[in-house]
Amino acid sequence: MARQVTTRRKLGMTAVGWIVALLIFFPILWTVLTSFKTEGTAIATPPQFLFFDWTLENYFEVQSRSNYFRHMMNSIVISVGSTLIGLIIAIPAAWAMAFSPTKRTKDILMWMLSTKMLPAVGVLVPIYLVFRDWGLLDTRTGLVIVLTMVNLPIIVWMLYTYFREIPGEILEAARMDGATLANEIVYVLTPMAIPGIASTLLLNIILAWNEAFWTLNLTASKAAPLTAFIASYSSPEGLFWAKLSAASTLAIAPILIMGWFSQRQLVRGLTFGAVK
Amino acid sequence: MATLHTRTSARLMMSPAVILLLCWMIVPLAMTLYFSFLRYNLLMPGMEEWTGFGNYTYFLTDPAFSTALVNTLVLVAGVLLITVGGGILVALLLDQPFFGQGIARLLVIAPFFVMPTVSALVWKNMLMHPVNGLFAWIARSFGFQPVDWFAELPLFSIIVIVAWQWLPFATLILLTALQSLDSEQQEAAEMDGAGVVSRFIYIVLPHLARAITVVILIQTIFLLSVFAEILVTTNGGPGIQTTTITYLVYVQALLQFDVGGASAGGIVAVILANIVAVFLIRVIGKNLDK
Repeated sequence: MARQVTTRRKLGMTAVGWIVALLIFFPILWTVLTSFKTEGTAIATPPQFLFFDWTLENYFEVQSRSNYFRHMMNSIVISVGSTLIGLIIAIPAAWAMAFSPTKRTKDILMWMLSTKMLPAVGVLVPIYLVFRDWGLLDTRTGLVIVLTMVNLPIIVWMLYTYFREIPGEILEAARMDGATLANEIVYVLTPMAIPGIASTLLLNIILAWNEAFWTLNLTASKAAPLTAFIASYSSPEGLFWAKLSAASTLAIAPILIMGWFSQRQLVRGLTFGAVK
Repeated sequence: MATLHTRTSARLMMSPAVILLLCWMIVPLAMTLYFSFLRYNLLMPGMEEWTGFGNYTYFLTDPAFSTALVNTLVLVAGVLLITVGGGILVALLLDQPFFGQGIARLLVIAPFFVMPTVSALVWKNMLMHPVNGLFAWIARSFGFQPVDWFAELPLFSIIVIVAWQWLPFATLILLTALQSLDSEQQEAAEMDGAGVVSRFIYIVLPHLARAITVVILIQTIFLLSVFAEILVTTNGGPGIQTTTITYLVYVQALLQFDVGGASAGGIVAVILANIVAVFLIRVIGKNLDK
């Protein structure tokens, strides 16, 4: 028997639910609104909520003053690049662990997880020195390498939990029907594996995009992604709230949309399958 | 032999990931460990010498260390308290049927996708600024004296920002767990006359116990490494009031160029994180056996 929900109760919950949701979301909303204000309106007291002269000038200004798109390209190259390389390394590994598990598979998985728990400061000094000596400081290549390694355990784990759900019997059935190995991979396994791979891709681009320890410590200006670029607004330049807001809105919008699409996978990916 | 064949190819398929991760973990960690026993400052090249546990003695007896340790623990505990408590409440709320629930849920999880530097700067400037910030305006509208957040309550301000970022994570995981709760059990309890509070304590909370554990452990791992939020808001100050272990190591390594001291600090951080990791691995490993 389903629970009886009275309309009045539901309306009450609607009000409470939306108030809480809007309060939590408010800082983001406020940032987006401020990005369309002039600097004067942005710091006005009392604050202007909706009825001000909307302007796009901050967006142009952010681009012309600091070459915003170079930093955005850095973010794209670093997050997409590190995720793709990570997938290339992780897919075979996760595949092998899911389909021909041995006694040690679990140990390997747990060990991979444990590398993720190593605090970054524990390896900051040597990585910094090696990067300095190899000329990798402030380069996209350097950051792609680091972020690939940082997120590799999560990629392997996520793929593993997805691959494990592909029933092994289906392969036997295909084999019985005379499918060759190539057929098996192209027609049976790939279609079943693609959703899992896509979710993993999405979540890891998000994680890499927002990574703010290595990006801040290993870049200066040339290869700085948006995380590091926006940190430069912490100087007195941060008083330009409208520009800070425009830069921030552009930096979070694409990833927020991706995040909304991947919200279900998020739980799975970030808890290493411990909560589904 | 097919099995031998598959086993070899399986090993081959795993080896790139395993070897790369092994290098990534062992090599830098071994270097950190090695540096931690050297007197080694980048400003004095060629002066490296063995100093035994000198760096550790220096790091652990530095008054900044005990402050940083306390700050780290307060930060982690404060954020956990807000996110787990708030997360349970918000998850219970989102679990109720109401109009526009799906959209409300999207709004609630949004902060998780905001990069740390953005959320820190937006909160610090546009919300918490003592003169022009929104909070100051709200305080004045009610006739209160605005709080100068980062001067008077620096660590608390950072806790609030970080908690805002992690509340969605806790909420989402607890909500996922709530949705697997058997509603018949709840109804049976209700019919037997159990009130809302006792149903929460005796049915909902035990059901959530595992998810809460996972939230606490995973967040602790990430919270021990909070860095960007401190760097762009307070730089560890005023004084060292918001310096955590992570930030202290960063200062020693990249601002004071003290490779030896920073490495010793890094090893201390690794040990602290491992204490948590041991528990986390046990919880997740248990799940893998099922």
